[in-house]
Formats: sequence, structure tokens, C-alpha cells
Amino acid sequence: MTFLRDLSTLTGRLLLRNFRMPAFLVISIVQPIIWLLLFGQLFSGVTRLAGFGTDNYMEFLAPGLAIMSALFGSAYSGMALLMDHDRAILDRLLVTPASRGAVIGAYVAQSGLTVIVQASVILVVGMLLGADIGGGVAGFLVVLVAGSLLGAGFGALSNALALHVMRHDAIIAIMNFIILPLTFLSSMMMAPSGMPDWIRFAAGFNPVNWAVELARAAFFGSAPGALLVPAAALVLFTLVCVLIAVRSFQRFMAKA
Amino acid sequence: MSIIDVEALKKTYPGPVEAVRGISFSVEPGEIFALLGPNGAGKSSTVRMLATLARPTAGRAAVAGHDTVREAAAVRREIGYVAQSSTVDEQLTGRENLRLQGRLFGLRGDALRTRADALLDLLGLKEAAGRLARTYSGGMRRRLDLAMGLIHRPRVLFLDEPSAGLDPESRSTLWTEVTRLAREEGITVLLTTHYLEEADRYAGRVAIIDRGRIVAEGTPDDLKARLEGDAVSIRFREPSLAREGDVRLTRLAGVRGTIIDDTVVHVRVPDGARAIPAIVTALDGVPIEEVTMSRPSLDEVYLSVTGRSFEEADAAGEPSNGKTRK
Repeated sequence: MTFLRDLSTLTGRLLLRNFRMPAFLVISIVQPIIWLLLFGQLFSGVTRLAGFGTDNYMEFLAPGLAIMSALFGSAYSGMALLMDHDRAILDRLLVTPASRGAVIGAYVAQSGLTVIVQASVILVVGMLLGADIGGGVAGFLVVLVAGSLLGAGFGALSNALALHVMRHDAIIAIMNFIILPLTFLSSMMMAPSGMPDWIRFAAGFNPVNWAVELARAAFFGSAPGALLVPAAALVLFTLVCVLIAVRSFQRFMAKA
Repeated sequence: MSIIDVEALKKTYPGPVEAVRGISFSVEPGEIFALLGPNGAGKSSTVRMLATLARPTAGRAAVAGHDTVREAAAVRREIGYVAQSSTVDEQLTGRENLRLQGRLFGLRGDALRTRADALLDLLGLKEAAGRLARTYSGGMRRRLDLAMGLIHRPRVLFLDEPSAGLDPESRSTLWTEVTRLAREEGITVLLTTHYLEEADRYAGRVAIIDRGRIVAEGTPDDLKARLEGDAVSIRFREPSLAREGDVRLTRLAGVRGTIIDDTVVHVRVPDGARAIPAIVTALDGVPIEEVTMSRPSLDEVYLSVTGRSFEEADAAGEPSNGKTRK
């Protein structure tokens, strides 16, 4: 119980801090919309190829970009932790009786919640631009869950990385190195049937692709059976990432 | 029973850097106890261990009756800790900062609101409580730090260099508040400082810490009383002249000891005013730049126990020495 209480207090602190920076808010809302418009236009003719499951590229793209915003929104989550460490705010929190798990968990929860807002914006704008959501309200919610799971996973990884390298520039470089290839080794913008064999093969092991498949199946309103495998894989991925972050935090505190 | 009990505490960082080399002391309830030492002496490392932020390499410490490693959670409920640099959240108001900190100690509702408002009032932050901490001056941030350290009515308050980076006026305001709060709330205060005059003026007891060890301990008066007589300091133009002067002064009758510090020779004599003519005569032929006399201060206690001047030691202390940040 203490864990949840402290988690909500500490997550509230981070959210409040973000809300106080209007530029940050505007960027985090506007950026996904720009992606949607840009990619939507750029690839609008691509559905003439087979395998997209729809003639309307926007319908294919919206759930994919919801996942992209989750990935990009959480990848740098470790920066907030590092900033608090550098300014000794982390020390101030660690001398309180607050649950240790909540102290680190707040950074992950914060990116998870931000992801939900961004992904919702993308889906709603996508629908305004003509995407038809076959999965209805349930489908919409499952897309958000998929985004949060992926966001929590990469947020946790980013925090673990921050605790190891302790440098802002290293976090940016390493996370960029990871997330861009993962974005293009998935069916985020391109139907699997249009991919070279090796990319289709690699995508099978890519957590980003699991989230995209789950989100798209839910958005289209596919049979629930189609959701099961990617959902299970994604949950597992998130758990492993959170475990890595917890271990890194324990190691960090033992070292102090 | 002592409220802080430290036994043979050691901290070695990878390198290896021996930041703390086995120190022991105890603090009684209600005391204001100062760890005085230059940069890099091991003060912050000691406080971080006592505040459960760092794990001792060897030795043990108990705060408020609980072991700082095995019963860290119990220790945390009893202590407040104010770090070397300000740790306020700049994007939050003073009141928000304070209430968030209170919530982490389980304070809620009216109890939290009342306590937060009382502290804001006490520390002169009432008017500014609704403003973002970003707009606060250095002194205001420090007072907010202090309020955050006190929100849960701790029994022990750790202050790591509380007045570092403050102008003299804010510094004296801060000290007035710390001493008043310690008295009114019955708090035991352990502070670190590298301002000798602060330790002298505000601490009931002082431990002088140098290169990871405690080299002297007692009330400021005790420490000063150990130095009999006065110090006469003679400044020469060059270190070589100082060395020559030192040789002559050591032979002078009545001189109890000399210490060379670069171009200055410090001479300990029973009565400074009467010794000066003899000193000047003894130095005939060695050009003197300046002669000053002083009553004992903690500066000189430091000099006499460590053999080097405080300023020199402070400049020599590598900031990276066992510190995670500056």
C-alpha cells in the first residue's frame, strides 16, 4: 500500500513539473500530429500493395504511430532520473522512508502516463483524418494498453541505462541507436507482406513489432485470438525490463 | 544514551580513495555538533553514511538508536537531511515542494497543511509560498531546503554545508533560524562546515576532521584553551626567507613552537605583545613584510593539530575526493 501511495505522490511530482513547462506540453501533443500528417502523406499510395488489410493508409498508420509515440516518449525517461540525481533531489527522496521501488517506479510511471495522452491524441486525430476504428472503444483502450506496456518497458530500460552510464549525452546516443532500427524493423509503417524476408524474420523478435501488431489488431477489431500471442510477449518484455531497472537501482544504491 | 553513535566508521571509494579512515564520535540529544574540516576531508561522506545514503566500508553507526545499515528504514523516519546543494524542485512552488516532501513521510490532510504553513511562516517564506521555487533567491532556496528537512519533525537533522554559497547576510539569517529551531523543536543537529567561525560561533561541540580522521574534538573553548598564549604571524617576501626566519625564531627563548606556512611563520608565545620586540630583533637582517598577532581561534587549533593552515588544506582538497557532486 505504501508503494502505491508513494508512487502516486512521486509520479504526481514529475507530472506537475512537466505541466509547468508549456513548451514541453505543446511539443509532446503537436509532435505526434505532425508525424501522422507527414507519414500519412508520404506513404499514402502504399496501400496499393497487398497485405495492409485496408485501402486507407491512415487506418493502418494511426495505431502504428500510437506505438511510435510510446517508444519515442519513453526512451529518454532516464534523463529525468539523471537530472534529479545530479541535483541531489534523488538523495533527498532516498533519505525519506518512501518505498525504494516507488522512487524509481515514478520515472517509469510518468512516461507511461504521458504515453497514454500522446497515443490518444494520435488515434483521435487519425480518426478525424478518416481512419475507421473497427475495434471500437475496447480497441482504442487496448491500443493504449499496448503503448503503455511498451512505454513502461523502454522507460525502465532507459532508467537502468541512466543508472549505469550517468551521462545525458550517452543516454541520447544509445537510445537513438536502439529505437530507430527497432522502428523500421517492424510493421509500424509497412505491411509484413511487403517486407524483405530477413526484416520480417527480425520483426518477429522485436518488442516494438509485438506492440504494433497488438495495437493494430485491436484497432481493426480483429478476432481476440489474434491479440493473444503479441500481448503475452509484450507483457513478458515489460516485466523483464522492469526487473532490469530494479536490479540496476539496487546495484546503484549498494554502490553508494 | 547518545542519539548519534559512530564507531570506527570507514568509507573507501573505488580508486581506491579512502574518504573516511575510521572515525568515532557520539552526539547527545539536543546538541549542535559540527564536523569541521577543509574540502575533501571526509565530512560529506560521513554524513551520507549517517543519513543512510552511503554504505560504510567498515565500522558501524547508530542514529536515534537504530543501526544505519540494518535498520535504515527506522533511521529514515527519525532524520532530516539537507544536502550540500539546494534540492528544491524549481518547477514547483515552495508550498508544493514542502507538501510533497511531507507526503513521503505519510503526512496527510490537515496535519500536513498546518505543519507546512507553520514552517513556511517560521522560515519567512509565507509570502513566497505560492511562487515557483525557480524565482527564489539562494537564501530562500536554502530556507526551503531546511523546511523540507524539518517537515516530519525529525529528532536528528543533518546539515551538509548549510551555508555554502550564501552571502554573509543570508548565512547569518540561516544560522539564527537553525539554532532557534534546534532549541524550539528539541532537535539534535549534526552539521558540516568549512567555515571555522561558524563552527566556533554556533556549534556546542566541534570535531576537527582532516584527511578522513578526527584530529581534535571538544567545545570550541576547550579546543582553543589547549593552545596556550598567543600566535604571532610573521610574513616574509619569499618562502626561502620564511625558512631562514623560522630557524632563528625556533632558537628564541620563550617560543613554544613554530609552523611554516609558505611565506608565513606562525610562532606560539606566552604573551604576544611582549614577544614582538624580541622577535623583530631576532630577525635582524631578514626583511619582514608584516607582523600580526592573534588570540587563539579554531584556525590556529586546526593549524596546530594538522600542521597546515586551513586555507591551504581547503585549496588542496580535491573536490572529487570521495564526493559524488560538488
